Amino acid sequence: MSSPLLALFGRELRIARSVGGGGAMGVVFFLILVSLTPFAIGPDLNLLSRIGPAILWIAALLSTLLGLDRLFQADADDGSLDLFVMSSTPLELVVLTKCAAHWTLTALPLIAAAPLLGLTLGMEPAALAGVAASLLAGTPALTLLGAIGAGLTAGLRRGGLLMAVLILPLTTPVLIFGVASASAASGGTVPFHTPFLILCGLSLMAVAGAPFAAAAALRAREA
Amino acid sequence: MPPVEARSPNTQALQGISAKGLRVDRGGRAIVRGVDFDLRAGEALLVLGRNGAGKSTLLRALAGFLPLREGEVQLDGGAEETSLAEQAHYVGHADGLKAALTALENLQFWARMLKCASATALSPEGALEQVGLARLGDFPVGYLSAGQKRRVALARLFVAPRPIWLLDEPATALDVGSQQKFAEAMAAHRAGGGFILAATHAPLGLVGAKELRLDARRARDVGGAA
Amino acid sequence: MLKYANPTNFLALAARLIPWLAGAAALALAVGLYLTFFVAPDDYQQGASVKIMYLHVPAAWLGMMCYMVMTSAALGTLVWRHPLADAAQKAAAPLGAAFTLVCLVTGSMWGKPMWGTWWVWDARLTSVLVLFLIYLGLIGLWQTIEEPAQAARAAAILTLVGVVNIPIIKFSVDWWNTLHQSASVFRLGGPTIAPSMLWPLLIMALGFTLLFFALHLMAIRNEILSRRLRRLSITAAAAEDPEVAGEAAL
Repeated sequence: MSSPLLALFGRELRIARSVGGGGAMGVVFFLILVSLTPFAIGPDLNLLSRIGPAILWIAALLSTLLGLDRLFQADADDGSLDLFVMSSTPLELVVLTKCAAHWTLTALPLIAAAPLLGLTLGMEPAALAGVAASLLAGTPALTLLGAIGAGLTAGLRRGGLLMAVLILPLTTPVLIFGVASASAASGGTVPFHTPFLILCGLSLMAVAGAPFAAAAALRAREA
Repeated sequence: MPPVEARSPNTQALQGISAKGLRVDRGGRAIVRGVDFDLRAGEALLVLGRNGAGKSTLLRALAGFLPLREGEVQLDGGAEETSLAEQAHYVGHADGLKAALTALENLQFWARMLKCASATALSPEGALEQVGLARLGDFPVGYLSAGQKRRVALARLFVAPRPIWLLDEPATALDVGSQQKFAEAMAAHRAGGGFILAATHAPLGLVGAKELRLDARRARDVGGAA
Repeated sequence: MLKYANPTNFLALAARLIPWLAGAAALALAVGLYLTFFVAPDDYQQGASVKIMYLHVPAAWLGMMCYMVMTSAALGTLVWRHPLADAAQKAAAPLGAAFTLVCLVTGSMWGKPMWGTWWVWDARLTSVLVLFLIYLGLIGLWQTIEEPAQAARAAAILTLVGVVNIPIIKFSVDWWNTLHQSASVFRLGGPTIAPSMLWPLLIMALGFTLLFFALHLMAIRNEILSRRLRRLSITAAAAEDPEVAGEAAL
């Protein structure tokens, strides 16, 4: 990464640290979502362990997306975004860097917390590893898809829920192959690598494509 | 703020900016229309007009945030293959500062983000000195007053020298002393061959500046033709 | 008592108390750990795993006591609008979260060999988890609202709402049929626990309590000082001169 992008990455981390808890709140939200499920479907550990990967994935999906609606909002409000548009660094790379910082701050703690929460759902070690690996491979796609929604709603006053409505349908492939590879890790007929490689492919496609869409959305805010 | 030594922008110096027949639309309506101007190195353009006349719109279009519907801007000289926006600083209503970071951290970030190899670039510390805030470098921007924030934003102009300054009401919230110092900084920028395009209601102390008067009514009358 | 409601007097008092509290906590914990590991007998059913109880039970008590301390401070904030109560509230939340987390983790470590699972969704465990989540929510609230007095009022309201959870935790083992055993120390008719296990437990609990008060006082002191720093910084920034902060402090 060149110096401007490193500077941007460092700034994002520093802001998150001083404001405190942006990423931490995402993990707490994740924790709450997971612990609500047993209330809804009952405390039967056999059932919980069977649907554990799905619970963890849906919780991860929601907590990743709900944290993302502010991705560009602060920069749009304080004028930083204008200066990014003007700078000689391509806006696509700015978007990618902001996504990388956001992923580091929110998705990484979530991936670290997922196996612990899996224990409370009575999941086996192999399934826990499968969930952690599939989240590691799949959350970049979630963050980048969310960035498109964040870009589209950056100028809007009440973009929060709209953004989720726009983006959640697009995340279905990620969810399907994420849960499939997490489940495949703990047995079943499908070998683990089949859905897992597709999941990696989805993330790579998102890295390649989403920054262009998000940057275009940001440029189109005013015209 | 000590008197500023004249500093030249990039050495493949930009010689002139000329605009012909600019038209900018917003919401399907021509906000700015038929704007021509011609600036040589060291000249300043004051964009005048009532509220809603399109002063900010014109500057934002020049900065590249809005597309030009008609007309074109030509640059004479300057770095190859660079747009006006990449050679310009834009100071708008928002300061582009993060309240949680210190004044110095904010400037250090912009210095690296706007990467400028120019020898005339001031260090972030020097730029804060320039706007008289050297002693507040370690304070979070959230603790500063509106005028102080604006001065930190203006310090950005010095950490990454660029030949064109697009200033939208730059003197907002500045006290008289700071306005005076900023006028000196603008004079020094022009003396070094820089360009200034400023939209303003307040007198900025730009000596011998050209004036461009935008008329809200005229724009509105002909706007429907789009 | 009222004399110490003044932050400056409080700081002087805290400076005198903290070394004694910390020393007493260290002593009690050292004695308690010694008794736990070398004196208290293994349980005839649970074996050496029973020793986890000497950490688990005091942590659970402290997790709840801390919430009650926070609730009193919240009343102080809402009724008397006292800045010291604000600081006491804010300082208690991370401590409570930490004790509750210790309780959850040690309970989980005990549950694996005893129940065959790290976790069950029964009333006691779940209500303690909810306590932990409330603590985290409060910490998030404190961090998000920048103006201290405003944050204190918001946190106080949330604290008072969340206090309903405390009796639920306490009585969950009696109200619902759960896997978690019921109280064996504080119950009508006296403790059912053998004295050879009760004494180490009580000494550990004393150590935890002293530790809590020492840490709480230190955290309140930090909070008072950081608020002063913030106020002085704003004054100094307005004057564009850091030395104003020094003068204002005098």
